[in-house]
Amino acid sequence: MLKETIFAATRKLRQQWGDDDWCVSVFVDNAGVVKFDDDHHVCFKVETHNHPSAIEPYGGANTGLGGVIRDILGTGLGAKPICNTDVFCFAPPDHANELPQGVLHPRLVMQGVVAGVRDYGNRMGIPTVNGAICFDERYLGNPLVFCGSVGLLPHDKAFGQPQPRDMIVAIGGRTGRDGIHGATFSSAELTSESETLSGGAVQIGNAIEEKKVQDVLLVARDRGLFTAVTDCGAGGFSSAVGEMGEKIGAEVWLEQAPLKYEGLSYTEIWISEAQERMVVSVAESNWPELEELCRSEGVEATRIGRFEPTGRLLLKFHDQVVGDLDMSFLHDGRPPVVREANYYPVPDQQLVGKPKLQLTESLLAILGSLNVASKEWVIRQYDHEVQGGSVVKSLVGVNRDGPSDAAVVRPVLTSNRAVVIGCGINPHYGDLDTYHMAASAIDEAFRNCVAVGADPSRIALLDNFCWGDCERAETFGALVRAAQACHDLSLAFEAPFISGKDSLNNEFSYTDAEGQKQTIAIPPTLLISAMGQMADARKAVTMDLKASGNRLFVVGATHDELGGSHYALVNDAIGGSVPKVDPAAAAATFAAIHRAIEAGCVAACHDCSEGGLAVALAEMAFAGGLGIDCQLESVPTATVHLDAVTRLFSESNSRFVCEVANDHATQFEEILAGCEFAKIGDVTSTARVVIRDNDSTVIDLPNDQLKQAWQSPLAW
Amino acid sequence: MASPRVLLVRAPGTNCDQETAFAFQSAGAITEVVHVNRLLELPALLDGSQILCFPGGFSFGDDIAAGRILGNQIRLRLADACGEFKQAGKLILGICNGFQILAKTGLLDIDDEVGPMATLSWNDSGKYEARWVHVVASPGESVFLQGTDRMELPIAHAEGKFLVRDQAAFDALAKRGQIVLRYCTADGDSSNVSYPANPNGAAGHVAGVTDTTGRVLGLMPHPERYVAAEHHPNWTAQSPREPHGKAIFENAVRYFA
Repeated sequence: MLKETIFAATRKLRQQWGDDDWCVSVFVDNAGVVKFDDDHHVCFKVETHNHPSAIEPYGGANTGLGGVIRDILGTGLGAKPICNTDVFCFAPPDHANELPQGVLHPRLVMQGVVAGVRDYGNRMGIPTVNGAICFDERYLGNPLVFCGSVGLLPHDKAFGQPQPRDMIVAIGGRTGRDGIHGATFSSAELTSESETLSGGAVQIGNAIEEKKVQDVLLVARDRGLFTAVTDCGAGGFSSAVGEMGEKIGAEVWLEQAPLKYEGLSYTEIWISEAQERMVVSVAESNWPELEELCRSEGVEATRIGRFEPTGRLLLKFHDQVVGDLDMSFLHDGRPPVVREANYYPVPDQQLVGKPKLQLTESLLAILGSLNVASKEWVIRQYDHEVQGGSVVKSLVGVNRDGPSDAAVVRPVLTSNRAVVIGCGINPHYGDLDTYHMAASAIDEAFRNCVAVGADPSRIALLDNFCWGDCERAETFGALVRAAQACHDLSLAFEAPFISGKDSLNNEFSYTDAEGQKQTIAIPPTLLISAMGQMADARKAVTMDLKASGNRLFVVGATHDELGGSHYALVNDAIGGSVPKVDPAAAAATFAAIHRAIEAGCVAACHDCSEGGLAVALAEMAFAGGLGIDCQLESVPTATVHLDAVTRLFSESNSRFVCEVANDHATQFEEILAGCEFAKIGDVTSTARVVIRDNDSTVIDLPNDQLKQAWQSPLAW
Repeated sequence: MASPRVLLVRAPGTNCDQETAFAFQSAGAITEVVHVNRLLELPALLDGSQILCFPGGFSFGDDIAAGRILGNQIRLRLADACGEFKQAGKLILGICNGFQILAKTGLLDIDDEVGPMATLSWNDSGKYEARWVHVVASPGESVFLQGTDRMELPIAHAEGKFLVRDQAAFDALAKRGQIVLRYCTADGDSSNVSYPANPNGAAGHVAGVTDTTGRVLGLMPHPERYVAAEHHPNWTAQSPREPHGKAIFENAVRYFA
């Protein structure tokens, strides 16, 4: 299904670009690879590690990150990891009701997951630069943990191919009984018995072992000591050797694999997912040098077989044949799975539920809602500056506590060319329509990157679908529909998907007090990760207000789209129209914003997302320590009669707030010509956010109060 | 004299070696990063260099204690070579984990006949933290800090709390002019500094220590992470300024000019 939607869009774009195609390797290697500068490509991969993190949050998240870093090390002939991302979905950490049997308290899960990511990423010396956390009760039994890593890859190391008669060499950690059937466990439904039955599938990583592997691997790569590399992830040796030997054939001597302890069966050796192992293919003549290099840094390297040009996978244990399969059967022998998908459109409905809160109260409640609230407690535990490439950090502004839209990193220290990392995720929209949820997530990831200065013609996307049980036709239908949106938006934004991964069966089953089976399915969740590029990082823009007297513009039209919004959430309202994307208008807006940033006209830029315009304005004000005085009637809207609530809190896509100095205003307006935009007010020196609607003042709050509301929920 | 040569020592888990080398290169030095195993095999590798640097990271995973294993390797197996290096009038710099390592080598002159006078321990917050801090220098004899006063630099550590054996030990270090870098408030006040301005609860707000010759420096903040204007967390709101971390590397290189 993904081949006809997401892959197809990328294929069309590459054909359309012809000689200007900037994709290098998509959906085939361990990460998607695109062109970066004259010497390097960049690659990006995001993985999920949900079920392990449900049972053992620290170890699950720890090895989730370790695994995706190995994907980067296993891309091409080995890329150097340059930054990490992580996105989590949890139940609210203040959950007070009784927990079903087998479920860890969400606060414990969150603390464990954050610590697991922290301890692996920091030890590896890879900055964690971007992320998000979503909260919803339905993640109670099945939290989601997305770990991403970006790598830098020299042009001549972009592809590897094992040669017939190359040695199969395992590098790094030893093989043990840990992580047996991890892949199977990850694909099954979670239950109250998962910990007892599958606890052994979850491991604790050893980041220093992986750092040692990285150190020798990148040296061996530059010396040309191996012809191909891949990581041992799900399936361990079986998938690593199976993938590398697909076109040749392989003979494996399982008794040669170094073991943590005696007593493993050959099956266990073959499928163990023990961490920190890589497999490389090495010409016999290079083996002594590789062995010596590894030995010199205390890394174990062992020959465990040979790529034999037989077209077969032959497994031996002490010379006895214990497995013999045709490679083509192994790769293509599985009959296609036919699944039924249903979709019934939900007509647009009025927002139902009498709003309880006044505008001011609503704004404070949204700022203090868990999804929007400051994640400083998490961010400060991550090293986000190691490697020295940091340009725009997660927290920006006069007191370094404002929420940045995206990260900007210069991976080559002698160059100003930068990668820009952003993400989009909003499961609440999926409750109304997964097509528009997916489109909105793409728009959000895209506009986050554009807001800091990324070139919209060079943004690559990644998809990570986390869904419930797709044997149910309507659950699968929701997935198909989200994939169609990915196809459509990818083409409209000319943004190729370069890699992706899905995780299905994210459900938790338990028996309640009455003896009835209960199932909690997660809401359909799509994480879109975006990797943009900037020619000159010194042109990057942050979201904090810079100077009083500057003008404030809203770019992009506001629609009546309060469905799935945070305004609806804090007011317990349901229904309403889900935010949609107007692809042509969005693409024009992104291009114009980029031109304005390149021209140096934009002092600050922030996208409107959860909480709409009101939250964007409040965040810009308290991040910059300056005030705002603006008029809601000036906000550009799609229809004339939008009330103050909608103008403040609608979550319409493709919108930005731009701060522009008076000297640049004319140029800014010229560049934006053709887009929906308007000046709505000015930056003031009062440190208050004042929002007027015609003659009345609808919001008038000091920055301190806004910031306090935003910082207090997760100030652990 | 030609550009000084810097030897940066890495061990399993060292991870700030590349950008620290870059900071030295930008200051005009020639750099070489070597695995500690090479140095253990051939201590004479030190002879060709004028500056020895222990960059940040998690050497040997900081198992046992931060910097303990590599610090012990230096103290027990490279004491003579490093001692001679120091006696020869050369420079030694330890940043973050490198400071934690140096503190355990004996090279920082923070041991007396009773034992260690000071060490680096777990942050008061009990966890790893990354944030920018203000520090104020009292350079005294410190070669690296000549001409510096107040600096803004990032810290990123879990075990950076400067801990002294007792007040007498602190007074002795202060009297010998070894307390050269302290955390301070944004206004430059280094007497009354609370969290997060003092990010770890360090005694006397100490962020960096020199040896008695001024040629060995250990500090918790990362000067190599502020050698470009765009490294600063608020650079987009500032007029261009000289990045504060550069002086430390430039001073070291200039010392051999």
